[in-house]
Amino acid sequence: MVVHSLRIPWRLIILASLMLVTVLWSGCYPSNPQSTFDPAGRIAREQLTLFQIIFWTAAFVFVVVEGALIYAVFRFRKKAGQQPLPKQTHGNTPLEVTWTIIPALILVVIAVPTITTIFAQADAPEGEVVRVKAVAHQWWWEFNYPEVGVTTANELHIPINKPITLQLTSQDVIHSFWIPKLAGKTDMIPTRTNAMWFEAEEPGLFYGQCAEFCGTAHALMRFRVIAQSQAEFDAWVAAQQAPPAAPMAREFGLKGCTVCHTVNGPDAEGVQERRMDGFRQGQPQFPAPNLTHFATRDTLAAGLLERSDDNLRRWIQDPGEVKPGNRMGELAGAYHNANQSLSDADVAALVAYLQSLK
Amino acid sequence: MATATGALPRFLHRPTTYNGIWSWVVTVDHKRIGVLYGASALIFFLLGGVEALTIRTQLMRPGSTAVSPDVFSQLFTMHALTMIFLAIMPLGVAFFNLVVPLQIGARDVAFPRLNALSYWVFLFGGVLLNAGWVFGGAAGDGWFAYAPITTSTFSPGPGMNFYVLGLLTLGVSSVAGALNFVVTILNMRAPGMTLMRMPVFTWMALVTSFLLITAMPVITIALIELGFDRFLGTNFFNSAAGGDPILWQHLFWVFGHPEVYILILPAMGIVSEVLPTFSKKPLFGYPFVVFSGLFIGVMGWGVWSHHMFTVGLGAVANATFAITTMLIAVPTGVKIFNWLGTLWGGSLEFKTPMLFAVGFIALFIIGGLSGVSHASPPSDAQQQDTYYIVAHIHYVLFGGAIFGLFAGIYYWFPKFSGRMLNEGLGKLHFALMFFGMNVAFGPMHWLGLDGMPRRIYTYDTAMGWDFWNLVSSLGAYALGIGTLVFIWNTVATLRKPHDAPADPWDGRTLEWAIPSPPPIYNFREIPHVHARDDFWHQKYTEGADGRAVPVPRGGAHQPAAQYGQGHEDTHGIHIPGLSYFPFITALGLGTAGAGIALQQTASLAGVIVMAVGLLVLFFGAYGWAFEPAGPEE
Repeated sequence: MVVHSLRIPWRLIILASLMLVTVLWSGCYPSNPQSTFDPAGRIAREQLTLFQIIFWTAAFVFVVVEGALIYAVFRFRKKAGQQPLPKQTHGNTPLEVTWTIIPALILVVIAVPTITTIFAQADAPEGEVVRVKAVAHQWWWEFNYPEVGVTTANELHIPINKPITLQLTSQDVIHSFWIPKLAGKTDMIPTRTNAMWFEAEEPGLFYGQCAEFCGTAHALMRFRVIAQSQAEFDAWVAAQQAPPAAPMAREFGLKGCTVCHTVNGPDAEGVQERRMDGFRQGQPQFPAPNLTHFATRDTLAAGLLERSDDNLRRWIQDPGEVKPGNRMGELAGAYHNANQSLSDADVAALVAYLQSLK
Repeated sequence: MATATGALPRFLHRPTTYNGIWSWVVTVDHKRIGVLYGASALIFFLLGGVEALTIRTQLMRPGSTAVSPDVFSQLFTMHALTMIFLAIMPLGVAFFNLVVPLQIGARDVAFPRLNALSYWVFLFGGVLLNAGWVFGGAAGDGWFAYAPITTSTFSPGPGMNFYVLGLLTLGVSSVAGALNFVVTILNMRAPGMTLMRMPVFTWMALVTSFLLITAMPVITIALIELGFDRFLGTNFFNSAAGGDPILWQHLFWVFGHPEVYILILPAMGIVSEVLPTFSKKPLFGYPFVVFSGLFIGVMGWGVWSHHMFTVGLGAVANATFAITTMLIAVPTGVKIFNWLGTLWGGSLEFKTPMLFAVGFIALFIIGGLSGVSHASPPSDAQQQDTYYIVAHIHYVLFGGAIFGLFAGIYYWFPKFSGRMLNEGLGKLHFALMFFGMNVAFGPMHWLGLDGMPRRIYTYDTAMGWDFWNLVSSLGAYALGIGTLVFIWNTVATLRKPHDAPADPWDGRTLEWAIPSPPPIYNFREIPHVHARDDFWHQKYTEGADGRAVPVPRGGAHQPAAQYGQGHEDTHGIHIPGLSYFPFITALGLGTAGAGIALQQTASLAGVIVMAVGLLVLFFGAYGWAFEPAGPEE
């Protein structure tokens, strides 16, 4: 009615945002690597379902309340030359009771599935499971499979359609374990062990990332979950259990790599804790990935780079350039002690050695 | 005359000047202190804004190298600390100072010199918090500073020291200020100003002050423990020695959630003043707005663990805090419905304060609704620590608190500067803010659901986050331009001569009954209050049909005559005396804090600075104690 007199096109702004939201939510869910709209397992799917219940309830409330606001703004605008002042309403108790009770009822719609989902997801289903002990470090992930005696890093292999139960902890600061397509976050906290479980329903590669700020390289603390058939998983386990594929290269020992990295089978009990204790006492060491079967992995530097000779060379030559703040660049003797510094030939030998660790 | 300070050096004789720069240092006038708070908070707001724009510049493109990872961590940490503790909180306090005494018909706050101390301690606390920038790096472990990354092992630099000392100092300011306002509001109301006749803004100031008094000690304990860990080698949070990192999280959020309401309730109070004025109607459901505010304040203590849904507290704890968190949506909804009821049937005039107030409602609804989606722990497990949460808090704290505070700035600027801000520029400012805010923060919902974590300084183009990050950064620049328009408007207006009438908006509360700017004594005669919105009832009555009808001008009903204005005779009005000592005491406190913060990096220098600071602090407190309350005669 008085649209022509408006200076700010409220109606247009709100309509456009409404349309944008509708377009975004109807149909074109992205399948980006960490999208929460593309779940591949029960936990993530139930979390998405709950979000969708809340989203559509909220969308309904949004339309009603913002609609009332926009209506009031246009309908009750002061007209030019308007003389009588408005009626002085002070309140209306039945109305107050109504708009207290209705939101409470709407919240019940959200609270009931919330509570049931919390308890439904609390414990892993009965039956056979794969147990993994995951330890977070600045800025990489250690995965132990206690039942089969395997230690690996940054790439979590799992069989599909089988619950994976994780014991999560950290040895330094707080991190958070998150694979958006498989499960929401669980924090990894020093002094505590958190339990969570999830399963993947289809084979595939799923991206994970640390979700709790944990220091300089937090943004680069990534990992991957490789979900595969039971047979492929069993084959992978067998390969990890095999003895080292090559004798340790001379350079690996001379340059001090063995201070932090294990290359002869799973890490011994407590070895990472001892490295961490050394770090706290100011020694140039830190817990580091087990490299026994390094060449069976797709990536290096916590999911940052694809494993290739070139990337590996870049990484070994100057880890701080690839991943600023990382402990290898900060602490390792090879980058700080003249008698341990790496020549091009040393780097080439190390690359060749690591790439042979099938 | 002979006073106990007579033995002190000559420059400490009681200051007497009400002009020039020194008069601002020695002032104890609540209006001037309010201006100091507001001006300092706006400068910190600009600093926090520059930090935000630097963050958005870094994130505009994938793999950007505009800043280093460590500087990025410091930027997001200091952006949050600056906006929360140095911009939004003190802007709220600025309005408490400026408006509350006028709204309750008082001549000043209960403890004027304590009020000055609160301001100066706030200022030095803010400087201390930022001092890390020039002493080897500001705090960079996030504003939430989750142990054990804050221990010396993982944060050896001085940044966290300044965090500890800065926030401790700011806490002193907050508690002193809040106690002052509780006493002022409860004891200094004009005759007839019962609690249920108090303007809603004053009510929210009271609730916020209680929250400050009860919340600040919790963070103070946590900070002292963290300080002991860092300076004295204790192990409260040192997990390697059996300290408990989760203890910090509980303490931090038991403070941190009430803190959210400390930030938003003043803005809600402002909106509850602006909407009735520009609707020409009383606030709809006054008791419900007041009691929902109280309920929010109380409930704010029972929801802290919703910040910790992924910590692994267990299904029962998560379910409990999910329910309490959802409950708090009810009183928030009640407030929004009552604001709608206020607009309903009104005669709405869209001056700039009204635009910001209505913008507040529109944006706060979005922030409130997105909040419900992470009140549900399983849903939150995907949203926690992603950009979805960044979007949520900015709809609540920018769309909410900042919009509400801008409504207050445009609303009360004429009252305290004596000058009307330019309406056209004000509307441009609002349009840029409303547009920029939605473009900057709207896409963050999407980025978060698409898996982008918070606090990452870089991302890969393969993640598919490029486009919305670009859009978000452009929106942030629009906010920057909007802020420049506001600065231009303010600076240009302050160069004009006084042009504001006493009552430019046809206001409802007592502050509009006195001249703009108000005289130092506020009310020549303390008013007698007969109704809620007393000043409105001086101007209007209700006709038989319930409509407002203006009272004829002149006669006994003329407002100025009612409150004794218009007389030049100020004889016998008691005005508290000026004093150097609040400034000196605060300076000593801030200096001592800096000395402590420098302990690890520069031990001897740190000890000397600390000792000097403590001496100044002692001198200030001593001089203060023996200074008479009244002015020099």
